[in-house]
Amino acid sequence: MIGVQLATIALVGVTALFVVLTQDVLRQAIVYGIYGLTLVALFVVLQAPDVALSEIVVSTIAFPLVILATLAKVKRRDDRKK
Amino acid sequence: MTRRTRIALFLAGAAGFAVLLGFGVAGLSPFGHYPGPYGKVISRVEPSERHVTNVVAAVVFDYRGLDTMGEELILFCSVMGVALLLRETREHAAEHVRDPVESDALRAVGLAAVPAVVVLALYLIAHGYLTPGGGFQGGVVAASGLLLVWLAGEWRTLRSAGPQTLVDPAEAAGAAGFVAVGVGTLVAGGAFLENLLPLGTLGKLTSGGTIAIVNWLAGLEVAAAFVLLFIEFQTEVQVERQKDRAE
Repeated sequence: MIGVQLATIALVGVTALFVVLTQDVLRQAIVYGIYGLTLVALFVVLQAPDVALSEIVVSTIAFPLVILATLAKVKRRDDRKK
Repeated sequence: MTRRTRIALFLAGAAGFAVLLGFGVAGLSPFGHYPGPYGKVISRVEPSERHVTNVVAAVVFDYRGLDTMGEELILFCSVMGVALLLRETREHAAEHVRDPVESDALRAVGLAAVPAVVVLALYLIAHGYLTPGGGFQGGVVAASGLLLVWLAGEWRTLRSAGPQTLVDPAEAAGAAGFVAVGVGTLVAGGAFLENLLPLGTLGKLTSGGTIAIVNWLAGLEVAAAFVLLFIEFQTEVQVERQKDRAE
């Protein structure tokens, strides 16, 4: 069991690094969703299903939607300036 | 600031952070060993005290119900702030919006998924105090079910259930109901949010007393909050598109 836990923690660390290293904001929102899923796996492995469910809804629904809507607005304004 | 100074500054900060982190981690109890007595006590006494199989729900909606009410009101206030700011500064109303999705397959699959997601949400809320889940998680899933309507291209349908008619009152009712339960227990002679209702049988949907009521109210509040938030953000995008077409 400890092996699975260590592997999941390592996976969370690696995907977190990918989130930081992604330059494009739109791609970053998607990579963040994947990072959130690895966190969900970690919470399941650590036997915290309630927190895992919260993390699913926040990291794959609520957060990306707000980010995407904001990006859509900001991008249009930038396009118009050009 | 030159590159060299910035790197030097970062290295000094990182070194200090590493020392503090190492010091802190060294003092932790071994991995997987929980030193506090409170969790063990509550897992032991909760089933006989509150008749609820999900101890997390009992903590969130009963033992620490006041904290949860605070969190609910934080969500309520932040969503109201977004609505106030965006509605106040919006120059035009999003009137003639176009549904950008034109694929019938996408529409059909998207709309067919809506009832499944909503049922899952209701299940998560209803069984929140029996199995993992609850008002918050189920509420966001319910909101995402409504957002699927938008993803499938029916922006007008989503909008017609819009803030002024349905979502605003639902949001207010969820937040106010939570407080009303607390005030009700005060009136009935107990402490604020004290569980005074019959607790029912352990493991049944009718168990838990006020936990069940507060759980549903939280679900309503959270679902309405996320739908309202998204509709406000999305209306901004629609207004921008309208400006694009006008030019």
